[in-house]
Amino acid sequence: MTATGAPLRRRLPRIPDRFAALGAVIIVIVVLASLLAPWLAPYPDDPNPLESLQPPSAAHWLGTDKVGRDVLTQILYGGRTSLFIAAAVLAVSAVVGVTLGVVAGYAGGWIRDMIMRVTDVFLAFPALLLSLALAVVLQPGVNTVVLAIAVTWWPWYTRLAASVAASISTRSYVDAARCLGVPAPLIILRHVLPNSLTPVLVQISLDAGGVILTAAALSYLGLGAQEPTAEWGLMVQQGQTLFTTNWWVVTFPGLAILVTAFAFNVLGEGLRNALDPRRAVK
Amino acid sequence: MPRYLARRLGQALLVVAGVVMLTFSVMRLVPGDPAVAYAGPKATPDELAAVRERFGLDDPLPLQFVNYVRDLLTGDWGISLHTRRPVRDDLYQAFPASLELVGAALVIAIVVGIPIGVLAARYKTKFPDFGVRFTSMLAVSMPVFWLALTLQLVFAGNLGWVPIAGEYDSSLDTTSPLTLWTNITIVDALITGNWPIFTSTLEHLVLPALVVAAYPTGVIAQMTRAALIEESGQDHARLERALGFGETSILTRFALRPALSPVLSLIALVFAYSIVNGFLVEAVFNWPGLGRYAAESIKSLDTPAIAGVTLLIALVYTLANLVVDLLQGVVDPRARAR
Repeated sequence: MTATGAPLRRRLPRIPDRFAALGAVIIVIVVLASLLAPWLAPYPDDPNPLESLQPPSAAHWLGTDKVGRDVLTQILYGGRTSLFIAAAVLAVSAVVGVTLGVVAGYAGGWIRDMIMRVTDVFLAFPALLLSLALAVVLQPGVNTVVLAIAVTWWPWYTRLAASVAASISTRSYVDAARCLGVPAPLIILRHVLPNSLTPVLVQISLDAGGVILTAAALSYLGLGAQEPTAEWGLMVQQGQTLFTTNWWVVTFPGLAILVTAFAFNVLGEGLRNALDPRRAVK
Repeated sequence: MPRYLARRLGQALLVVAGVVMLTFSVMRLVPGDPAVAYAGPKATPDELAAVRERFGLDDPLPLQFVNYVRDLLTGDWGISLHTRRPVRDDLYQAFPASLELVGAALVIAIVVGIPIGVLAARYKTKFPDFGVRFTSMLAVSMPVFWLALTLQLVFAGNLGWVPIAGEYDSSLDTTSPLTLWTNITIVDALITGNWPIFTSTLEHLVLPALVVAAYPTGVIAQMTRAALIEESGQDHARLERALGFGETSILTRFALRPALSPVLSLIALVFAYSIVNGFLVEAVFNWPGLGRYAAESIKSLDTPAIAGVTLLIALVYTLANLVVDLLQGVVDPRARAR
């Protein structure tokens, strides 16, 4: 209820466009399917040599792989890995990146310059490249993927948060707080940070697709998730030598990556347009 | 402008210094003894000591770093553990092949991406716009390694339209050997008039270049569309409309040129990104570029080679950024103030 009696509908963020709505629906499905994998999966996530390389059929909708695992089951479990990686990477990068960013934006001066030069260095490495180098150095595995990608991802949030925080720091309510003698950490925490979060959240939804693609690429190169963890990029890698005779072992996991990344990308774009009407094109 | 230039160059140098430090630290993080990796598991303690001595592995870290920087500046990028050749020579051979692939991909991306971006802007919210937005979003969300495998199977494997893998038919090396000028095969074949190798390279190049082009085509189309739509809402477009120009000629005659400025800087950035994205494609098509070299280095834990590739790409990336900023500084004086 609002005091002015405006219809509730107008206070909710509008669903920006049909694309974004489609993306949101797909994401809900992917998330639910991954969370409920143990209950939804038609088969246990175990090898069954008797059922090796079955083509898609009523019994195995998406066929089976070389060691007889059901591909649909693997994709459902693989979704857990991909979504976990994306969530972990984005959480770590956003927390580290935004913390440094609001400090830089509020403080300005040499503190800002120093932090920004550090982000410049990290941004000079394409995410996949530094992840490659790090994944070689560390033990391959899901945690390494998270660390490697997060190391290359946080500077984007620092830059974003710094520019937003810098503009918020010039507002009169921040000036007022400063004049009242509120200590800087408290101003950042109470005023600058909360007001900087919206663009960061939009950026997170825009980035999820990219993180999923990068993680899948690392696993495809053998530097990410390892057997027996189910992961989409890894499934493609394991299936590629069988691709000519058993198309389903590569096609379906790849489609899973594509559809999920697509859904996050369109949702992110829709959110950005909804919150920044200047960019929205009607 | 000179002040802007100096400041921007100084920043770029700082970034390069940071990049070198970061590469050095990553190298030092490697588990295992680099001396053992170089000398082999059967090396005697004396041999190991000799290798340590030779590469200065017993020196204190700060000294090692100083030596590393000095070596880099004098062109000594270390010895690759798996090819046993100077990393610099390996990179000099592999990088042109990657440039060839990414260059071809960018040509495709520009030739396709800009026109379909214009098309989407012209018919915004209509069906062509929907189609372009949908396909460009798909292209951006594509796992490249999967697209590479799929197109390879369909067009090279099943249909047999193009060769499966490689850069050109290696039997041509005996029948019509290639004189190297730039190390970029297709360019060398063209300037020396070596048509057999030229056509063979072209056939081999088409499919991997299309795969690498997917991402840049998508983002270029999206950016062109957005920039054009913003431009066509400006006052000058209103004037042109009042003068009776049609929407198509407003877009192509007046709005396109200013709209291309952000698109051009996007292309420079996407270029560096595509080299790394191309690694995955090179692996599938056995393309003799940086990606394959990196993959082999990773397999053999070849730290000097990995560091070399990382450093080279980071330098290319920094350079691309610098060029973009300087160009924008020339075009748009407001950019210099930032």
